[in-house]
Amino acid sequence: MPAPIRLRELIRTIRTARTQAEEREMIQKECAAIRSSFREEDNTYRCRNVAKLLYMHMLGYPAHFGQLECLKLIASQKFTDKRIGYLGAMLLLDERQDVHLLMTNCIKNDLNHSTQYVQGLALCTLGCMGSSEMCRDLAGEVEKLLKTSNSYLRKKAALCAVHVIRKVPELMEMFLPATKNLLSEKNHGVLHTSVVLLTEMCERSPDMLLHFRKVWILVPQLVRILKNLIMSGYSPEHDVSGISDPFLQVRILRLLRILGRSDDDSSEAMNDILAQVATNTETSKNVGNAILYETVLTIMDIKSESGLRVLAINILGRFLLNNDKNIRYVALTSLLKTVQTDHNAVQRHRSTIVDCLKDLDVSIKRRAMELSFALVNGNNIRGMMKELLYFLDSCDPEFKADCASGVFLAAEKYAPSKRWHIDTIMRVLTTAGSYVRDDSVPNLIQLITNSVEMHAYTVQRLYKALLDDISQQPLVQVSSWCIGEYGDLLVSGQCEEEEPIQVTEDEVLDVLEGLLVSNLSTPVTRGYSLTAIMKLSTRFSSVNRIKKVVSIYGSSIDVELQQRAVEYNALFKKYDHMRPALLERMPIMEKTASNGPTEIVQTNGETEPSVPDTKHPPLVTQPANQANDLLDLLGGNDVVPVIQTTLPTKPASAGGELLDLLGDLSLSSGPAPAPSVPISQPPFLLDGLSSQPLFNDISAAIPPMTAYSKNGLKIEFTFERANPNPNIAVITIHATNTTEADMTEFVFQAAVPKTFQLQLLSPSSNMVPALNQGSVTQVIRVLNPQKQQLRMRVKLTYTHKGSPVQDLAEVNNFPPQSWQ
Amino acid sequence: MQFMLLFSRQGKLRLQKWYVPLSDKEKKKITRELVQTVLARKPKMCSFLEWRDLKVVYKRYASLYFCCAIENQDNELITLEIIHRYVELLDKYFGSVCELDIIFNFEKAYFILDEFLLGGEAQDTSKKNVLKAIEQADLLQECCMTDTVSQSFSMV
Repeated sequence: MPAPIRLRELIRTIRTARTQAEEREMIQKECAAIRSSFREEDNTYRCRNVAKLLYMHMLGYPAHFGQLECLKLIASQKFTDKRIGYLGAMLLLDERQDVHLLMTNCIKNDLNHSTQYVQGLALCTLGCMGSSEMCRDLAGEVEKLLKTSNSYLRKKAALCAVHVIRKVPELMEMFLPATKNLLSEKNHGVLHTSVVLLTEMCERSPDMLLHFRKVWILVPQLVRILKNLIMSGYSPEHDVSGISDPFLQVRILRLLRILGRSDDDSSEAMNDILAQVATNTETSKNVGNAILYETVLTIMDIKSESGLRVLAINILGRFLLNNDKNIRYVALTSLLKTVQTDHNAVQRHRSTIVDCLKDLDVSIKRRAMELSFALVNGNNIRGMMKELLYFLDSCDPEFKADCASGVFLAAEKYAPSKRWHIDTIMRVLTTAGSYVRDDSVPNLIQLITNSVEMHAYTVQRLYKALLDDISQQPLVQVSSWCIGEYGDLLVSGQCEEEEPIQVTEDEVLDVLEGLLVSNLSTPVTRGYSLTAIMKLSTRFSSVNRIKKVVSIYGSSIDVELQQRAVEYNALFKKYDHMRPALLERMPIMEKTASNGPTEIVQTNGETEPSVPDTKHPPLVTQPANQANDLLDLLGGNDVVPVIQTTLPTKPASAGGELLDLLGDLSLSSGPAPAPSVPISQPPFLLDGLSSQPLFNDISAAIPPMTAYSKNGLKIEFTFERANPNPNIAVITIHATNTTEADMTEFVFQAAVPKTFQLQLLSPSSNMVPALNQGSVTQVIRVLNPQKQQLRMRVKLTYTHKGSPVQDLAEVNNFPPQSWQ
Repeated sequence: MQFMLLFSRQGKLRLQKWYVPLSDKEKKKITRELVQTVLARKPKMCSFLEWRDLKVVYKRYASLYFCCAIENQDNELITLEIIHRYVELLDKYFGSVCELDIIFNFEKAYFILDEFLLGGEAQDTSKKNVLKAIEQADLLQECCMTDTVSQSFSMV
């Protein structure tokens, strides 16, 4: 068999391949040759073959059949073999393969080899890829080498120990004695690696940290070493651009940071040296700045005195003006970290930071944007917002969403006036409208509703914006909603803030209808416009036109639009007397967090079941709190979710909510409801609308019942008949707790069979006090038009003695009077 | 440091050193993605980028990109110096190093790297010491080769 080709030969040959296929062919041929050579157990050329295999592995080809060969090379006596063998082990083997454990013995022998370069190979391999088992087995050897006087081996042993500690933290203790004298070495390699080892130990073990601080009193030692580095003259061996061993300086500064953190004494001991480094380090080259950077990080993290902190921030400020973009980037990152704690100091550099918004580098721009938002406060809001809006205009799309959200947040917190706030929002919507986050729309709507005196101004501006551009959906949605709500102000020209525009009802309706037909409008937007048009029927006089539009969409392919149109139609035809009340102006909305099925939104002084859409009309999944929880109750298929208060993507409006109820009552799931269905419901609706949640005295003396009693929680139902509808049963639940611990976060949910309708009002509280000291009450209204036997499934969740409890139960023992 | 990659402007890998245990598949995926990201950077951009949860420091020397992934608490600016030191070592060893040197002598590039860094940290901050150690190890290799019977051809 001819001698296998040399490595360089192979590399040369493979590089001549012109196509991937050609290369693959050569590789396969060579692999085959190597494989047979391995099979022949050829000692002479094993090294060469493995080297070639490593090259092919780097090109991306599989080389696992060489793993065992690496082990054989490591076991060989020849240094060349060992060198390639260990390299192969580091490239081809890792702790996932069992094969690697076979190395352990070889490494152990080599750690005790007579030649330091062999020992070095072993230490390097162990420190690079040793698994926990290997580390456990060989830690003793490493510890021995840590104590040797040979600095070549000592430095490697130190870094190997770092790896061992990372893999097997419990072994940290055994390295402690050997570490003690490391810092008295003169050799920079040993010093550097020792500092790394000490850093690792401190970071991993607070006890160790304390030990180093108090017992070994490391800080003065480190300060001394650092001082020597700075003060000593030129040392050619360690000099980098005029600075003596910057690597060691940086590592020492980092260790000082850990030692000084939250410790006054240590921090004080290092104050001077930090000031010295901060003022004397040469800043013309990257090395100097690297040291300054580390110094600043240390100053900011320890308990330094304020003078030092100001010095640090000023260094960062200077960094910001540096030509080198890397330095600027690093400065912005550091300032972001410190802006919370040293807000005023960072404020001084605000203008430089804002300038960085115009930088060409993406990472710098992003950092500058984040920092700018952090610096916005009541004093600088106007100026900052100008800059930020300008940035929003010109930045890349990837920034726009975050920037828009940031602007909204800042505006909400610090707006100097309502008008300014609305103007700012308008600006964002018009410039970055399509990037605005989904949840901004309901937030904006709420904001607009609450700025009562600005309604006319707002609707006018939004209308004008719509005339310009209907492509940005959030803008269009907010505008449609406003026009629907305040269209009367628009046509009557009541605007005080600016010159009122002259616009007729027909023009407004044209715009809204345009949205409905435009290809640019999403289904959500169309829903908004249709509802807006409907609302205008009580504000405008051209009712017939509106009626026509609404009836057209009664046969829309879009299920959502169709449903709305049909409902609105029904409103025109049969419930015209209700229309004004339903489509009334929205009152000021409370900002409520949407959670669970029982929160209340005050609308027109009545209480309604919770509507999670004061935030966003969620996409299907969001009534999650409500719908999903309730759906959970549905073991079988015969019960239906209780309160589907919003079909997805409905705008937040009182009119909308009530109409939703209409829609929900007609069908619990989707498509084309027959318009006749609402007929049977209105009495219930009217009750819901016009009556207080009442526990009225027309009780037909239905006996109370215990619905649930388990684990100390007892739930009783008491009944009343709702007046005037005998089909509605009003049930009040009383939840009491006989255990010694309170039941907190108590939530009661219920589901009923399909033929029923259920309405849950808000509970009195969500804590059932212990030992019957009080009770939680909640009202349930059940509509039972078909007079079927009442059944209910209930789900209870609460926290008791710290752990969450959940239970499902069926309630079947309703007294016949409650449903007959 | 978690890993170091050297690759050409066409995205061909010239050296890969991993200091964290990952499967071959994961390494390939990371390499592919990171190479793509770095090659997409424009020349005026800074040398640092955030990638996944790591900081990546890269620098281009002639036709080769030197790319290191460091942890959040590591100092980016000094990492640039580490990269530079490695390039200086290669330069001294090969005499005005170019990409071809690293292609044809990749195993030597690894030996030098392993003499400079161990477990992702610098072992020795003196250029002289590192180069001396490599020199000695090379001599040892020569000696052991001349010792064997098959002295007429080089082992590798």
